[in-house]
Amino acid sequence: MTTATDLNTNCPMTFCPGCGNFGIWGALKNAAIQENWNNSNTVLVAGIGCHGHMVNFLRLNAFEGLHGRAIPVATGIKLVNHKLNVVVLTGDGDALAEGGNHFLHACRRNHDLTVLLHDNSIYGLTTGQTSPTSPDGFRSKSTPLGNPDHPLHPLSLAIAAGASFVARSFAGDILHLTETIIAATRHQGFSVVDILQPCITFNKEYTVDFYRQNIYHLDNNYNPSDKHAAFAKSLEWGPGQIPVGIIYQENRPSFESALPQLRDQPLIALEPSVKNISALYKKYQ
Amino acid sequence: MTSLPYFTFQIGGLAGQGIKSIGLMFSKIAVRSGYWTYNHNEYPSLIRGGHNVMHITVADQKITAGAMHTDFLVALNQETVNLHTPKMQSGSAVLYDTQGGIDTSPIPPGIDLFAVPTSSLAKASGGTELMENIVALGAAMALLSGNLEILNDLIKEEFADKDPGVTASNLKAAFAGYNFAKENFSSKIRISLTPKDQPETKIVVNANDTVGLASVAAGVQFVAIYPMTPVTGLLHTLAPLQEQFHFIYKQPEDEISAINMAIGASYAGARSMTATSGGGFCLMTESIGLAGMTETPLVIIEGMRAGPATGLPTWSEQSDLRLVLHGHGGEIPNIVLAAGDPEEAFHLTMEAFNLAEIYQTPVIVLIDKLICEDDQSYRPFNSGDYQINRGRLTTQKVDRYLRYQLSPDGISPRTFPGLDNYYLTNSDEHNELGYDDESAANRKSQMEKRMAKLATCTQNHLPAPQLFGPVDADLTIVSWGSNKGAILEALKSLPYVNYLHLTWISPFPTDAVSKTLAGAKKILNLETNFTGQMASLISEKTGIVLKNNLLKYDGRPLYPEEIIDYVKSQSL
Repeated sequence: MTTATDLNTNCPMTFCPGCGNFGIWGALKNAAIQENWNNSNTVLVAGIGCHGHMVNFLRLNAFEGLHGRAIPVATGIKLVNHKLNVVVLTGDGDALAEGGNHFLHACRRNHDLTVLLHDNSIYGLTTGQTSPTSPDGFRSKSTPLGNPDHPLHPLSLAIAAGASFVARSFAGDILHLTETIIAATRHQGFSVVDILQPCITFNKEYTVDFYRQNIYHLDNNYNPSDKHAAFAKSLEWGPGQIPVGIIYQENRPSFESALPQLRDQPLIALEPSVKNISALYKKYQ
Repeated sequence: MTSLPYFTFQIGGLAGQGIKSIGLMFSKIAVRSGYWTYNHNEYPSLIRGGHNVMHITVADQKITAGAMHTDFLVALNQETVNLHTPKMQSGSAVLYDTQGGIDTSPIPPGIDLFAVPTSSLAKASGGTELMENIVALGAAMALLSGNLEILNDLIKEEFADKDPGVTASNLKAAFAGYNFAKENFSSKIRISLTPKDQPETKIVVNANDTVGLASVAAGVQFVAIYPMTPVTGLLHTLAPLQEQFHFIYKQPEDEISAINMAIGASYAGARSMTATSGGGFCLMTESIGLAGMTETPLVIIEGMRAGPATGLPTWSEQSDLRLVLHGHGGEIPNIVLAAGDPEEAFHLTMEAFNLAEIYQTPVIVLIDKLICEDDQSYRPFNSGDYQINRGRLTTQKVDRYLRYQLSPDGISPRTFPGLDNYYLTNSDEHNELGYDDESAANRKSQMEKRMAKLATCTQNHLPAPQLFGPVDADLTIVSWGSNKGAILEALKSLPYVNYLHLTWISPFPTDAVSKTLAGAKKILNLETNFTGQMASLISEKTGIVLKNNLLKYDGRPLYPEEIIDYVKSQSL
């Protein structure tokens, strides 16, 4: 079984002291231990942003690709080896700006992937510019006059685009985040977890205190299978009005489960072999 | 203007009138009758309307390019008459629809006219006007002394998976045209499609067919292609074969996704490819750098069309040579191959899959629109003794595994995720394990390791370019891509000329090219682009400046006749 020490690496930590990434890191390690993620069954795929450095601090196979392109890389991995647990680490700039097109289409295809969206509403790695989830009027180095662009709701987007598991959690609540990550990875289909992540260095609006004061947990009366209710819930945002928990979940066959090529085993279980194509020439005669 | 001694057939009409499929049928009839063909397909970027033409050159021996002239034209609309008859020679023939209101006055005197009521015969056969192309083909069979049974066989095969009524009405339409011509026209066209004795089995293919077949033969496992002319036909070849040959074709949302999916699939252990044209390649460039940096094997097919931007989407050009060589941020050891015809595209694609895995790097196969979409007749290809070579790949657990281990030849041990070998794959500069490492010493050693692959490839795989024609020639033509076919045809009329054909662009065969060109009496460089991209590359690599350049950038093919006339007129 995977233990905490199995996950350690020798890389020096590069996150700012107090960064929300520490909470996400902790929850990821918890999930890895509880679910026995290891280098025989799991691969992480990251984009570029502060979140991407996470792969240096978890001793799990990972592909850190280009800004915005983690989802298509993860899609390619999952399609050819669907037995792997494929977890995408991405950020609000990575998934919703640079990679917005990939995010939308991966949702509707319902690949069996888990997307952990490190949502700090700021570009941290490039030292503080406005992101697609920064609020109206938000002042940053790129919007000194205040953000003129209305923010995206990543969860509304995911539901509208067809993701079959949509949840929100908070980097400051490691136990809840651990549970949510585990539920997301167990879900058969495309799962998105919007992780509210304070950027203590550059985002002075969405602080730890802001989230602690405004988050509320969905209770047992909430029915995540009601798509219309989920859509309404995903749009909630304001004082005391930020829901966390599983917002939407449906049972829908994953892309991979519908492919006849993957019926018996992962595609790469068979080594590539030279194929006899002589029968195909008939068509061209 | 020189005229090549081949029989040529041309059919023109509106886009949507099935010009391409009827031209392909004509070509297959010729091939099944024992002839060799080259089909040139011209069309605009429209679904209905616009002018479509298929031009088929028919010969007794293997031919590698189309001739410019037209001997027998089938005109299904006025535009075909207006555009193509004025240059026709006396003794040629035009078959046209009597009911389409076609004005024959632009047709020069001395041309035989065959008026056939194609649309009413089509309707009388129980079909729609769309079937008038089959009526015309039937009539052409009669005029050319062809065998109607061959056309009937093709119709049955073409519509085998459709409603039986479709086959029946098409057979009826073909016969109606055939019979009309037999009954109404006593004169025959002097050239003929009379079947030869015991014709050998041949195929009629373009590179969208042959690259697809090659990929399947080479064991491809994952393909992601976003539709784009002129490689769309490649995904049409591959998509229906995926279940039978156990690979996945995935249509992505854009070219960036296409290449990143292919990179992900390759990283996870699958033989992977993508394909696009110039515009899509522009979108892929950052990811080509990613494949180079992460040392992920990848085959990329680039079908060139006339750019820039949307350009002439359905016309040909060779203007992406520099793009594919340099299209990526930073420096990577990418391998670039350029095919000269569908057969070369077949063999180079198969080889590309091995090179990608041996050198753990992107391999780009460059083809141009004329190769992608012009069909040629061939004997079926033999993939011979091709064996899959996955390079330095381990599927075992390795102690102290180092994915990016330094090695003099630049090649490190590769594995997949899921095999209990821990490593990182990282677009950031990384150390031997894959961790971020920006130290100068590490950067230097990893950079040198990656770039060493080109020297290793030069030593182990780079062949000398082919030289066609006499070794001791008065003139040496240098070229690449689809020009090969036209040049080889021209060489038949220019016995004192030879041709240096380049298929390896990176690594470049500097020594062999230097030697051939340094010994040449005169040199002529031929390219279908404005700036002479190959000439500049040759100059960069060998120091030899090519002063005679025949450059064509109107989107149209370079014809053998043009080459012959140019060589003679310039006294080269």
